[in-house]
Amino acid sequence: MNTHVLLLIIAASFSCVQTSRAQISFDRILDANKEPENWLTYSGTILGQRHSLLNQITPANVKSLELQWIYQARSLQKFEATPLVVDGVMYTVQAPNDVIALDATTGRIFWTYSYNPGRAHPCCGRVNRGLAILGDTLFMGTIDAHLLAIDAKNGRPLWNTMVARAKSGYAITHAPLVLKDKVIIGTAGGEYGIRGFIAAYDAHTGKEAWRFYTIPGPGEPGHETWEGDSWQIGGGPVWMTGSYDPTLNLTYWGVGNPSPDWNADVRPGDNLYSDSVVALDADTGKLKWYYQFTPHDDLDFDSVQVPVLTDIAWHGQKRKVILWANRNGFFYVLDRQTGQFLLGKPFVEVTWASGFDQKGRPVRVSGQTSSAEGTRIYPGNPGATSWYSPSYSPHTGLFYIPAWANSSSVFVKVPVEYKEGREFAAGMARSSIPFDWSPTPNFRKEDEGYGAVRALDPQSGERKWEFKMTDVTEAGILTTASDLLFSGGREGYFYALDARSGALLWKTSLGAAVISGPMTYSVGGKQYVAVNAGNCLFTFALRQ
Amino acid sequence: MIVDSKRTLPEGKNNIVNHRWIGGASMWVIGPCVLVLAASPLLVAWQNHPGESEDGKRLFIANCAPCHGADGDAIAGVDFGHGKFRRASTDNDIIEIIKAGVPGTGMPAFSNELSEVEIRMLTSYLRFLAGSAQSASAPGDAAGGKTIFEGKGKCLDCHRVKDRGSRLGPDLTEIGSVRRSVELERSILEPDAEILPQNRFVRVVTRDDVTITGRLLNQDTFTVQLMDSRERLRSFERSDLKEYVFVDKSPMPSYQSKFDPRELADLVSYLVSLKKPEKN
Repeated sequence: MNTHVLLLIIAASFSCVQTSRAQISFDRILDANKEPENWLTYSGTILGQRHSLLNQITPANVKSLELQWIYQARSLQKFEATPLVVDGVMYTVQAPNDVIALDATTGRIFWTYSYNPGRAHPCCGRVNRGLAILGDTLFMGTIDAHLLAIDAKNGRPLWNTMVARAKSGYAITHAPLVLKDKVIIGTAGGEYGIRGFIAAYDAHTGKEAWRFYTIPGPGEPGHETWEGDSWQIGGGPVWMTGSYDPTLNLTYWGVGNPSPDWNADVRPGDNLYSDSVVALDADTGKLKWYYQFTPHDDLDFDSVQVPVLTDIAWHGQKRKVILWANRNGFFYVLDRQTGQFLLGKPFVEVTWASGFDQKGRPVRVSGQTSSAEGTRIYPGNPGATSWYSPSYSPHTGLFYIPAWANSSSVFVKVPVEYKEGREFAAGMARSSIPFDWSPTPNFRKEDEGYGAVRALDPQSGERKWEFKMTDVTEAGILTTASDLLFSGGREGYFYALDARSGALLWKTSLGAAVISGPMTYSVGGKQYVAVNAGNCLFTFALRQ
Repeated sequence: MIVDSKRTLPEGKNNIVNHRWIGGASMWVIGPCVLVLAASPLLVAWQNHPGESEDGKRLFIANCAPCHGADGDAIAGVDFGHGKFRRASTDNDIIEIIKAGVPGTGMPAFSNELSEVEIRMLTSYLRFLAGSAQSASAPGDAAGGKTIFEGKGKCLDCHRVKDRGSRLGPDLTEIGSVRRSVELERSILEPDAEILPQNRFVRVVTRDDVTITGRLLNQDTFTVQLMDSRERLRSFERSDLKEYVFVDKSPMPSYQSKFDPRELADLVSYLVSLKKPEKN
């Protein structure tokens, strides 16, 4: 390192020290909207809206966005992390588990902490989606299913708790959620016959405070939805960050697929709480209510989407709701106090279910099940959407979804035998859309699948507008108070839309798929927008 | 709640039968062909979407075809095209053999080379091979086929083999390594039956009313890339185009009535002989 660079880093560090405020208390996290210059949780706030009150960048000036700096990760894995920004310092994760602290205005590195995970084999990439922060401590789940606390000032590890056995197929890929003095984390591994759970750990000690199994054990309500010993290897992974309602003290989490994925014959019953949203008491982890999106799933329709919380006038009455666009193709509105089903409406082509009964249970279409010879079903295995963050804008009142339209798969089931730590999927799903995230030539026609940002009216589920892409999307969505919407897609474009009309306002080509959620922050009165594409993190701000 | 805008496929199309195939390489032959031949038995209609078996096929070509051949019948006692395996009778048997190999034979273990998902894709592809139509109608003479290819058939007008011929149609230099004889035969007789996604043609019309037709090389939300009829690589902003459409029909005519059975068999044999060079 030459002297000039060293001085720059010292200067940058010094300026941040000068501007930094108190530690990140839980009150600051609760009131994150009061300091929109920071991005304190995976989705920006604990409501999961991925909506920022920053408004320096507007539909009128967004055309003058220009690149500020790039961070090039050493990892060739997908770069899925959403950074945190705290008082001018950005924290992100380079896959699999390197924590990086950067100057948010220059991209210069303050420190790096490299965790070397033990043997682990997460199904879908050695990835990580981000961090949580409380006080001066960062928290990271690791692909070998540990939870780490790291000093945010110098990157020194503070504690390391084993959450589950990686050897059995457990992994952690999502950003933790801090609630009060606890860190909440869930376990991935739905393709390995795990028994999933969500657990809370003391933020100071790493000691487990409570644990909620997503697959209930003997004597617990819901256990009757499993036959024999199938519950022990029933899956129910958790691989996306939940949300929190402080007025109800409930935390909401999406639960993934039952195991094995495609052969449901070995697990008769509804298989609770797979493919469900669970509302847990934040202090005890006790289940308050649940809603199961896809009972007895044989299509791998993980319900791990970020729960988006908002209060809206529902048929003239103010109501606390969750907005949820599910991998299974339906958009849902649920009452988050009770779990009551208020609305379910497809937002893409759906063939596996024809509607809902009075209680909100989906009505399956005969023959639309995984089969030995293969069955074509819409949406396909990648889903109508998946973990890619949606956004809700209180300004427009619209809910925005990264969607896969016209997408189907042929679902095949095969017999399977459980062996600890081995894949336990029992089939496969074939799709005409390549399972490949790099920019590959696209020859598809529109009726063979395309990606879109779709804006829905939560009151009705009606589509207000659509921004079509030629290729599909694994990019999350960010909206801002100035009615801008930022997103990207597999083609490698990063773009801004008018959140009210869907009109394209600005775009740039980043050269590789955007497989992350954009976020925004501000330092020294200057608003930045950051997003990952390929192996790089890019930041943009207005030309000055 | 009632679901509107649901889309349920017509009865009978939900279940995918084994008779499916992602077409052959479209052979492009321009020129007069006057001989007539009887139609050969062709593949039964398939219901896969274009490109859907491509992952499995790609894995098969890369990992299996070097020893087993594109038709899967190059090893004695094994013929994937007829569902004939020495040791496997179930999918799980196949999966285990791919993973662990067969000690004492040339069959290596692929557990470190391929993921579980890839092994399942391969297995699915082998099932497909066993359920699809078999080899081409008759064996032929490759040398005779080469003469037809370069002469009467005028195949080089559109196709390329090594350093000869046009680049506009699919390059056939290694076609025998990636396409089965039955697929090649079908492509000659029914070029429209299935056009691989990478062989699709598009037509664009610019704002100043210039029409360009060419092979699609890539497309995204804002641009399209193609090779035009003069083999130029062209890129267009879609906002500059008045029209951008896929050409549904293959530019290659059918040779159903233009080759006799012997010529067809010879031509197919020649194409099958165009293999990827052995690795040293």
